[in-house]
Amino acid sequence: MTLADLHPGDAATVTGYAADVPERVLELGLLPGTAVTLVRRAPLGDPLELRVRGFHLSLRLAEARLVEVTPDA
Amino acid sequence: MRRRVALAGNPNVGKTTLFNALTGLRQRVGNYPGVTVERKTGDLSGAPGVEIVDLPGTYSLTPRSRDERVAHDVLTGRMAGEPTPDLVVSVVDATNLERNLYLTSQLLDLGLPVVVALNLMDSADAQGLMVDVVALSAALGVPVVPMAARTGQGVDDLLRAITGDLPAPPPRPAWTLMDAVEPAVEALANALPPDVPPRQRRSEALGALTSDVLLDAWATRSPVFHAEVLAQRDALDAARTPYRQAEMMGRYGWLTGIARAVVTKRADDAPTVSDRLDRVLTHRIAGPLLFLALLVLIFQAVFAWATPAMDAIETAVTAFGDLLRPLLPNGFVEGLIVDGAVTGVGNVLVFLPQILLLFFFLGLMEDTGYMARTAFIMDRIMRKLGLSGGSVVPMISSYACAIPGIMAARTLSNERDRIITIMVVPLMSCSARLPVYVLFIGAFIPALAVGPFSLQGLTLVGLYLLGTLMAFAAAWVLRRFVFQGDAGLFVMELPPYRLPQWKTVFYRMIDRAKAFVVRAGKIILGLSMVLWVLASYPKHPSDDAAQQAEYSVVGRIGKAIEPAMRPLGYDWKISAAIVTSFAAREVIVSSLATIYSAGDDATEDSPILRERLQNDVGADGLPVYSIAVALSLLIFYVFALQCMSTLAIARRELGGWKWPAVMWLYMTGLGYVFAFAAYHAARAMGWG
Repeated sequence: MTLADLHPGDAATVTGYAADVPERVLELGLLPGTAVTLVRRAPLGDPLELRVRGFHLSLRLAEARLVEVTPDA
Repeated sequence: MRRRVALAGNPNVGKTTLFNALTGLRQRVGNYPGVTVERKTGDLSGAPGVEIVDLPGTYSLTPRSRDERVAHDVLTGRMAGEPTPDLVVSVVDATNLERNLYLTSQLLDLGLPVVVALNLMDSADAQGLMVDVVALSAALGVPVVPMAARTGQGVDDLLRAITGDLPAPPPRPAWTLMDAVEPAVEALANALPPDVPPRQRRSEALGALTSDVLLDAWATRSPVFHAEVLAQRDALDAARTPYRQAEMMGRYGWLTGIARAVVTKRADDAPTVSDRLDRVLTHRIAGPLLFLALLVLIFQAVFAWATPAMDAIETAVTAFGDLLRPLLPNGFVEGLIVDGAVTGVGNVLVFLPQILLLFFFLGLMEDTGYMARTAFIMDRIMRKLGLSGGSVVPMISSYACAIPGIMAARTLSNERDRIITIMVVPLMSCSARLPVYVLFIGAFIPALAVGPFSLQGLTLVGLYLLGTLMAFAAAWVLRRFVFQGDAGLFVMELPPYRLPQWKTVFYRMIDRAKAFVVRAGKIILGLSMVLWVLASYPKHPSDDAAQQAEYSVVGRIGKAIEPAMRPLGYDWKISAAIVTSFAAREVIVSSLATIYSAGDDATEDSPILRERLQNDVGADGLPVYSIAVALSLLIFYVFALQCMSTLAIARRELGGWKWPAVMWLYMTGLGYVFAFAAYHAARAMGWG
């Protein structure tokens, strides 16, 4: 499961990457073990707004699909 | 001795507010040589000899974008003409400590004295966050000054830290690399050439290992080290060690612990004001509608509210010219100064109110955090058209003037996105086209009512739409055929909404307006004088202005290119007027006024000029202007690139004449082809 599969309001934990993720995404803290919440999708479904390490991050579906997550129970 | 202090920090942490608080109006804005990154420096208020350098806002020092490159190069002494700073102030957002400290940890690695300015303490307080400043200072090993730059709280403490004795360079931060990578970095630190100081060897080694940009620089400086890095990379790759993530994992591992230890949150998880605002402003339906409403408001402001000020400037310029006339020797000097220079510069100054208003609104959008939301809302649509969410603002700005539009494209981190955006924004109808539109629509489009609208108004809207649609089409073509491949990365922070800092908005507005006046003014000043000479000489023996126009260099050029312009329906007079307006579109109005000698007071609304155009007959006894000719001219002005300032600024932003030349050719080509098509279509409809 990846970030792109989450629904608004879902909380999850990053587990790994499906492919090479742009380094910028890692520098902003989307690392394995990090807690992340999908806040909302943009009006046309893409990009996504995430909450990670206490701030809001916008990520396109193309990149979100590369980040594997486990949803929190 | 002069002390240089660099301000470093993430975007949206109040760095600009702090810079303004420290320097007031004693700031200088320029460019770093060879890159389009703003270089802002200023003298510290009340402390001569301390220069503050405001580095571009970045999330990291690993150079991937131009901004990061500049920040990295200045801090490591690699920027030509920029001595390494004596002190680095790491500006940190207290409400978002963990991510902000990532950059701080990179600054600590450089070995320069560091002071942490823990900004936005007031916001942290409002959110129920408490930061243990003493514990943070102990964990980082550097002084930490809590502050709120926008209220001025703590600024004096920071001033003391900046002007006092320099703190000792920080101890090496206690973050560690994963075990599999550490030996490689150690080996590389030893393999560096001997001239690299011991304090920097580890961070240089790590940078070269994880960043291609940093590695490339070593290819010439030390081929041996370069080869050694490649060998270490191969070894790590073979062992499937994710060494490129090692730095992020290591730093965040350290910082997560620090943030947990020093930040306490009062137990309340109520959504912040910012969250609640976003529910509306980025709402599926309300979001785009509100954005549209804001655009309408900005348009209204730029076009309606600016009018009184524009009229006042026009009156003042005319009065100034009349004041000068009697003071100057009659003839050449008087004409050159008053009809050439003063009138020409006035033609540019008249747009200043619009530009100020536009920058005021853009500044508000940026300062409140709404700008990032417009990119968020529009990204999907813009990407389908070959652009990016970040292209929205440059395109909107270009309705006022392409120059601020092109400058606004700097915020696009992807180079291809930036070039495409710059290449298409001059197609948006700018305010310099408006006088041309008004003159020809008023003269030749019948004032009929179409339902509740007027045909003239609809034509005007149609011209704006035509330019906008063509900008999208051009972007699509450029993306499809020239800059193939995916749009650049769109990883963007959505900063919390904040109340605007009027001072920041005001400074930025003045700054940009100054740049516009100086750049545009310089070019127009020279050109208007040249044009005046070309339109006034050689002198026709008679005093008749119309004959003079035909006899002058401009008239002769008009005659010479008439055969090429005939297919568009233009005679020599229109051709000559177009030639004069290649430097600046709006000049066509005064050129036509001269050619038709309607008098000096002719403006786009002047009934005199309008009537002369309507009554003009050609050699065949038929009216020169028909609806077909007017449409053809209007469409030519929608597309053709007749603006020296745009070309000049595009050359600066794109670093050469290649793309500006392409821009001129494709836009002017579009103008010719579409004007031709419009002229013949209109004639076929019987409007000839």
